Amino acid sequence: MPQISVTVDGTRYTDDVPARTLLVHYLRDHLGKVGTVVGCDTSNCGACTVLMTDHAGVPRGVKSCTVLAVQADGREVTTIEGLGGDHPVQRAFHERHALQCGFCTPGMIMAAVDLLRDNPDPSEEEIREGLEGNLCRCTGYQNIVRAVRDAAAQMRAEPASAPDESAQPVGVSGT
Amino acid sequence: MTATVAEREVGRARLRKEDAHLIRGRTRWTENVTVPGMLHLAILRSPHAHARITRVDVSAALRSPNVVAAFTGADLADLQGVLACAWPVTEDMVAPTYTPLATTEVRHVGEPVAVVVARDRASAVDALEAIEVDYEPLPVVLDMEQALADGAPLVHAEAGTNKCYTWVFDSAQAGTGGDVAQAAAGAEVTLKRRYVQQRLVPAFMEPRSVLVDPGQDDITIWSATQIPHILRFLLSATTGVPEHKIRVIAPDVGGGFGGKLAATPEEWIAFAVARKIDRPVKYTESRWETMVSAHHGRDVIQDLTLYARRDGTVTGLEVKLTANMGAYLGLVTPGVPLLGAFMYNAIYKIPAYRFECTGVFTNTTKTDAYRGAGRPEATYAIERIMDDLAAELGMDPVEVRRRNWIAHEEFPYTTVAGLVYDSGNYEAATEKAMQLFGYEQLRAEQRARRESGDPVQLGIGVSTYTEMCGIAPSRMLGALNYGAGGWEAARVRVLPTGKVEVVTGTSPHGQGHVTAWSQIVADQLGVPFEDVEVLHGDTRTSPKGLDTYGSRSLAVGGVALAMACGKVRDKARLVAAHLLECSPDDVEFADGAFRVRGTPTAAKTLAEIATAVFTAHDLPEGMEPNLDSDAVFDPDAFSFPHGTHLCAVEVDTETGQVTIRNYACVDDVGTVINPLIVEGQVHGGVAQGIGQALYEEAVYDSDGNLLTGSLADYTVPSAADLPSFTTDRTETPATTNPLGVKGVGEAGTIAATPAVVNAVVDALRPYGVDDVPMPCTPERVWQALQQAKEAAA
Repeated sequence: MPQISVTVDGTRYTDDVPARTLLVHYLRDHLGKVGTVVGCDTSNCGACTVLMTDHAGVPRGVKSCTVLAVQADGREVTTIEGLGGDHPVQRAFHERHALQCGFCTPGMIMAAVDLLRDNPDPSEEEIREGLEGNLCRCTGYQNIVRAVRDAAAQMRAEPASAPDESAQPVGVSGT
Repeated sequence: MTATVAEREVGRARLRKEDAHLIRGRTRWTENVTVPGMLHLAILRSPHAHARITRVDVSAALRSPNVVAAFTGADLADLQGVLACAWPVTEDMVAPTYTPLATTEVRHVGEPVAVVVARDRASAVDALEAIEVDYEPLPVVLDMEQALADGAPLVHAEAGTNKCYTWVFDSAQAGTGGDVAQAAAGAEVTLKRRYVQQRLVPAFMEPRSVLVDPGQDDITIWSATQIPHILRFLLSATTGVPEHKIRVIAPDVGGGFGGKLAATPEEWIAFAVARKIDRPVKYTESRWETMVSAHHGRDVIQDLTLYARRDGTVTGLEVKLTANMGAYLGLVTPGVPLLGAFMYNAIYKIPAYRFECTGVFTNTTKTDAYRGAGRPEATYAIERIMDDLAAELGMDPVEVRRRNWIAHEEFPYTTVAGLVYDSGNYEAATEKAMQLFGYEQLRAEQRARRESGDPVQLGIGVSTYTEMCGIAPSRMLGALNYGAGGWEAARVRVLPTGKVEVVTGTSPHGQGHVTAWSQIVADQLGVPFEDVEVLHGDTRTSPKGLDTYGSRSLAVGGVALAMACGKVRDKARLVAAHLLECSPDDVEFADGAFRVRGTPTAAKTLAEIATAVFTAHDLPEGMEPNLDSDAVFDPDAFSFPHGTHLCAVEVDTETGQVTIRNYACVDDVGTVINPLIVEGQVHGGVAQGIGQALYEEAVYDSDGNLLTGSLADYTVPSAADLPSFTTDRTETPATTNPLGVKGVGEAGTIAATPAVVNAVVDALRPYGVDDVPMPCTPERVWQALQQAKEAAA
């Protein structure tokens, strides 16, 4: 059984996992990070979206149902639970009523954080295109678009609260 | 004069209390709940649409790693109970036995056949492959009209027919209107149309999940359900476990849209297995399992005949439906089309009306409630044919509606279907919507594009809808043979510190009841919004209720809550009078406190009264030290939201591509508790209506395999597929409940689909197109254009 070492929401974990374990199941079943959810079998819904650092250390949005846990070895993963609760995107989702049942929300918020890292000032169309991989059945997306625009403006005005600041490990030395 | 007036909570765009845990991922979806000793259940499902089961052998599965138990349908026959249909719409309706696990025959792909219980989910799923099942395939029938033909293969051989029922309403017989035969005889214009409501999948984002924990003395069930109370009742009624020994919890539930208004095979199987092995078991479905096993919606053929005069006056309407039940009857399957039966006449003064619906069994997943349930179908058909009437007469579609709709001064109005519409103002909503939309400018642009032969044509679709919701008056449900009532319950508990706990029988799964109910209570009792806690979704804390569906929660449950608050005020007034040393008749509840009439500074707040009741040292003689109150509201009538939705589309006549250019709607849902929540409901509802119009369809191959078994194949619209909507409201309070509320959950879905399809057809009328079947994909639009061209040639 492969051993992996992965930092999730600032905590470093070392585990033996069956090779076929998906990252989302590792997060949920091994680490108890049940804030990240599974909504489909085909990577269409995006409910499981988390941030994972790429080879250059840049946190990028991934659908954790299409990443094997072993692929996260040596990487840093940020889930909705590691976003801190007061992230501008989280605040904007609340203030703009961008969620109803809330099931897609963790993935949608993480996808939005990823989008804004890539494009700090997206147009409505760019937001809609950027979130195409995340399905919501409740909101019709209009308030999600508004929330992402608000969050973008907020983050441009207050760069200190840019993504991942709040998710930095506390008491853990950087890699 | 009072110094300050407490700001009213009702009508404020309060941000939701529900959000805090949802945006942080601190959620309790059923799949997130674990209990000690819990095992995982996986279900083997039929790969055949119709087959006899000749052998099921689970012995190899039992030898698989980590497997604790495995069962066939026969193994659980004495425990599993049956799945009941609560709506036998006619005396002679065919209601086949529906067992959770099939025992002798399977009748649709995905029907449960056997189960494995293992230490972990992956082991359980792995072991399914070791189960051996011998099937003897039987002929499959999928098409409704073929199913009704002589000699068709039978879904249920013992029934001797694929017809489930035929239900008829005739206004002449009912005494609510004239005879359609006379309307036909005198008609100057007769339009016959066939519309097809394609099969849809509710596609809630949270897959269904159920956890059953058989304790020493009682059984606890967590389920991703809209109906914890009904679920408890039905589990008890069909398995023999006493109701008081069953506790059902609906924790965080991730959307429903009617799709979780269900008593599911999976819940019954988990219940039986947990009891059988005396261990907690959890089952969570994959998305493919959602698609093949959770009920579908719509799937109705609508044959309409409209009679009218050449001045545009509609004189009669005949509706004949053929409705696909699927292979079995779910909780309210047969009744869904009947929820539309009273709505085909819509907002119009149609003097004669006849409705007939035949339910048909096929080898497909069962259908049942999906957002709007019967009413979107009705609205779609009447709004489409009204546009056709306008086209036939060369009249503007808004004008033809004006000539037929109920004028605002005519309310209350008894319709040809026998319902009393209490209030409405179709003129005001339509006027406002047309202004927001820029109706005249868009018509001018349409004319210009038509004249210039622009390959991209503009179409404008009109939908003026009403719906009956706030389900429902128990007597009316009884008259329709529904198996339960439609009341709702609420309890208000006043804590010693003046905080308030509210228990509601509604069961939210995204609607924001916690926030809206807090606003109602804040105004009713003069307590801060923050001081109200709303408890729901657990039959132990909320033992009485009929749950959430049919846009009923506010119009029934919210009213029950206001009534319970009224009882609290009645008690509090007695205490206030005692403390203020005056007669109770001199105490009024005003500006959030109990005040002496004429001396408003002499006042007691609910918190002060609560403390006095808690200590009980000095209460009126003989008074019970208790402010808590219950209420159950059973409405006398449905509520009737209405509105006008307008859609402009651009249709590329060379590629068939449809693009929504502009969508504006004005809804009248009565008094609004929280405009933010109402707007959100409209957005989401419209999105689902557009989904039906342009994107969604459940498709079977000729063997009965669901080709759209994933979210890759079944196209739930994404953000990139939808426009922004312009929404607004008029507010005509309902007169049938003290809050004046009507309901908003289904309105958008009901209104949007015909608005969009009418726009598509409107764009193409100059090309001779008068119908495009849903969903209006580029391929279908292009084909409709080709067919019109060929017909003209």
